[in-house]
Amino acid sequence: MSETTMTEERITDPYSIPLDGDFHVARGSLFQDNVHEAWFERLRTEAPVHYCENSEFGAYWSVSKYEDIMFVDKNHDLFSSEPAITIMDMQEDFPLPMFIAMDQPKHDVQRATVSPAVQPVNLAKMEGLIRERIGTILDGLPIGEEFDWVDRVSIELTTQMLATLFDFPFEERRKLTRWSDVATSSPGDNTVESEDARRAELYECVEYFTRLWHERVGKPGTDLISMLANAESTKDLVNNPAEYLGNLILLIVGGNDTTRNSISGGVLALNQFPAEYDKLRQDHSLIRTLVPEIIRWQTPLTHMRRVATQDTEVGGKLIKKGDKVVMWYVSGNRDETVIDRPKELVIDRKKPREHLSFGFGIHRCMGNRLAEMQLRVTWEEIMKRFEFVEVVGEPVRTLHTLIKGYTELPVVLHSKK
Amino acid sequence: MAEIIFIHHSGEKSVVEASDGMSVMNAAVDNGVAGIDADCGGECSCATCHVLVDEGWLSKVGSISTQEENMLDLNPDRQSNSRLSCQIAVTDELDGIVINLPEFQY
Ligand code: HEM
Ligand code: FES
Repeated sequence: MSETTMTEERITDPYSIPLDGDFHVARGSLFQDNVHEAWFERLRTEAPVHYCENSEFGAYWSVSKYEDIMFVDKNHDLFSSEPAITIMDMQEDFPLPMFIAMDQPKHDVQRATVSPAVQPVNLAKMEGLIRERIGTILDGLPIGEEFDWVDRVSIELTTQMLATLFDFPFEERRKLTRWSDVATSSPGDNTVESEDARRAELYECVEYFTRLWHERVGKPGTDLISMLANAESTKDLVNNPAEYLGNLILLIVGGNDTTRNSISGGVLALNQFPAEYDKLRQDHSLIRTLVPEIIRWQTPLTHMRRVATQDTEVGGKLIKKGDKVVMWYVSGNRDETVIDRPKELVIDRKKPREHLSFGFGIHRCMGNRLAEMQLRVTWEEIMKRFEFVEVVGEPVRTLHTLIKGYTELPVVLHSKK
Repeated sequence: MAEIIFIHHSGEKSVVEASDGMSVMNAAVDNGVAGIDADCGGECSCATCHVLVDEGWLSKVGSISTQEENMLDLNPDRQSNSRLSCQIAVTDELDGIVINLPEFQY
């Protein structure tokens, strides 16, 4: 994904400026510099529901406490997901219909057609192949030698997992990553030259997947395309290319950066909390609670946004019909009134799934079980092989207001004795 | 007070005592009955406390709100006796109720 605000001034200390209508937290640099926590801490204590009057995204409300975020998320009739679910507005004239950015009743109908594909029963069938492929990647890594975990492991693993999910021709799997980047890019960033170029690549994507679809009609399989092509409720989807493409892109994009950054984030977190890493070494069964805790700690998507459909009070503030409302999951996941020691990674929490990273309500992440399964298998295979995945330098973080992640993470592997 | 009988997907039984006012979800979670995740803590916004109410008891567990209907609808495994257990309040009337747990929460 791309970020257009490259040249902003970098204020790092939230207490160096007044908490007024110019207090603006939706800045990629805050996440890239890893200074955002103090900004949201200030919002949570002094202005839990805050109105920023001026920003490159226009005016917006920031909702920063766990309970208030839950309120917005579960009241989908008061807070609409249309036309977009991030603080950035869609500019392109070729929007893809995706149910993540649709309200009822269309949302429910579309989600119901694709969700069986990622139902736990089906995930169980994919687990073996995913484990095998993860094993192969890990076995190919150098021991005792510095390399970039993001490139060699997180990206490669996520791409292979997407390929597995779609049973996509394995050698061409990087096409999936490319389409994910293209779909979320805008003209003039580093990904595509122009809107026409973007469109051309997306046509290529839908053509490719249409071919796969026709090859699979009448041949039941456990991959997503076979499932869609052979299920009664979706068997005509291919005749509506825009909708087919929208759904494909949603699945590709939804599971790409988020999972990738959770894989990197887990390694970083365990290095920052070595006593937790020790606990894990002694008891691999803790992977079950480690995984949701990594997803909370990392919070791969900083926020989701809504638009108020009527005047509504949240946390004592009157939000007006038509206002943009940003739910800062990254802040709710550090809310000390709900989560004990929220800044720390604690791998054996009693209620590890009590976090906002997947959202709540009717748009709650459809891939949440899939994401957890991928991370669980990844960590099971890592713990079988390595004594220590040691972070040996500063990570480079992503410059983005939505995607919280890493572009580089230097590590050295230590094998088991 | 009511005795609640949970039947796991494996056929195994867990029997718990629950007091009035708590939810069937709480009765399971507080007593360590596996199979209910309840990620949202009872806010009717995650659908991971899905249960199948024994047909004979369906008329006693109250009606389904719009919010519960919305969340139940997300589940491809929804059955005619599906409910979200955080939305069923325990009353004396439920004494002996049989609740079946699904194989997976989604
Ligand atoms: C750790 C990894 C992941 C995180 C943190 C994450 C986060 C989220 C969040 C916050 C939403 C809610 C959107 C909203 O409320 O507006 C969402 C929705 C969604 N996610 Fe994920 N996601 C992850 C992995 C995946 C994967 C692997 C898939 C692939 C199947 C996926 C597919 C989707 C879809 C289809 C939706 C739309 C659901 C709807 O609108 O009903 N996600 N995700
Ligand atoms: S606990 Fe989340 S819906 Fe019941």
